[in-house]
Amino acid sequence: MIAAGTPLKLSLVATVASLALIVVVFELIRSRRLRERYALLWLFTGVVLIVLSAWRGGLNTIAGWLGVRGYPPAVLFAVGLLFVILVLLHYSTVISRLSDQNVILAQRLALLETRLRERESGAYEEARQPPVGPL
Amino acid sequence: MSAERRVAIVPAYNEERNIQRVIEELRAFDPAIDVVVVSDGSVDRTVAVAAAAGAHVVQLPFNLGIGGAVQTGFKYAWEHGYALAVRCDGDGQHDPSELPKVLAPVLAGEADIVVGTRFGETDGFRSSVLRRIGIRVLALVVSAIARQRVTDTTSGFQALNRKALALFAADYPHDYPEVEGMVMTIRHRLRLCEVPVRMREREHGRSSITALSSIYYMAKVLLALFVGLFRRRVVPLEELSE
Repeated sequence: MIAAGTPLKLSLVATVASLALIVVVFELIRSRRLRERYALLWLFTGVVLIVLSAWRGGLNTIAGWLGVRGYPPAVLFAVGLLFVILVLLHYSTVISRLSDQNVILAQRLALLETRLRERESGAYEEARQPPVGPL
Repeated sequence: MSAERRVAIVPAYNEERNIQRVIEELRAFDPAIDVVVVSDGSVDRTVAVAAAAGAHVVQLPFNLGIGGAVQTGFKYAWEHGYALAVRCDGDGQHDPSELPKVLAPVLAGEADIVVGTRFGETDGFRSSVLRRIGIRVLALVVSAIARQRVTDTTSGFQALNRKALALFAADYPHDYPEVEGMVMTIRHRLRLCEVPVRMREREHGRSSITALSSIYYMAKVLLALFVGLFRRRVVPLEELSE
């Protein structure tokens, strides 16, 4: 089986780009602009990409396994794309959770405001209400 | 009606023109009922008008959508120890004179949730053909899941007892609360029943569902129902002893 090789120039550029990704993510974590829990997936992406970029033999071999004959760096794109999709999906779950929490907080705030306002104005007959603890 | 403490939950989004009448009519047909208006981020005078009409007002800081607003009402009812709650929309579509019919089965202890359906005495409600077909299909699907005949899955005119409040205060579907809520009710083995009621045309403002978006709506609701069947059951709230 003859797999076409990965051009050296491309390998270098991709390695530098992956390294830049890792450095940027690291800096974001260091300066507390990105939380570790959200950064792990990005770091993992960077590490996988840097390995595949620098280790040309490995990329060629994997391309061979996958049946990519003509142009092994295509595997690099595919892996990169896969990770971008994973990161996006992860973010969708994060956003969903945040918006659920947001709803709960808005509800709690509104209920407490009502309770406070009615207690202050004395409009509320507290005697009628059995005290109920927070949720 | 019995002396059990009950509250009418009125979700309202920019309903300054309808809300006063809804509150007054609710009181007229059930003087013992407390009214809580949940303003879902209204930017008009809904809050002021409702407060002036003597309702308790819960003011959400921004628009949560109908599910989030109604659930706020359920939480209010739960936390303030109400035995029964009626949900009645703030746009005047639900006729408070039908209140006793919706409350009766819950008061009698025959059901945990009662839904006022507009398909019994059909006069007083009309809508587009497409929308009617959609409502029909949903009714068939929910009936099949429930193994119980259900005719109106989009009605927000409902009465709930404390057992149902405990469930929905803990978790209430946000996107299509009426349909998904019905399925939740059934999955949690609460007793659901429908009573025919008359509904009115909206007096001011427009329904959030237009005829054109009916098909899209149907697809989303069916997906939500399907996914809902595989969801883990919710742990209802429990009474806190002192």
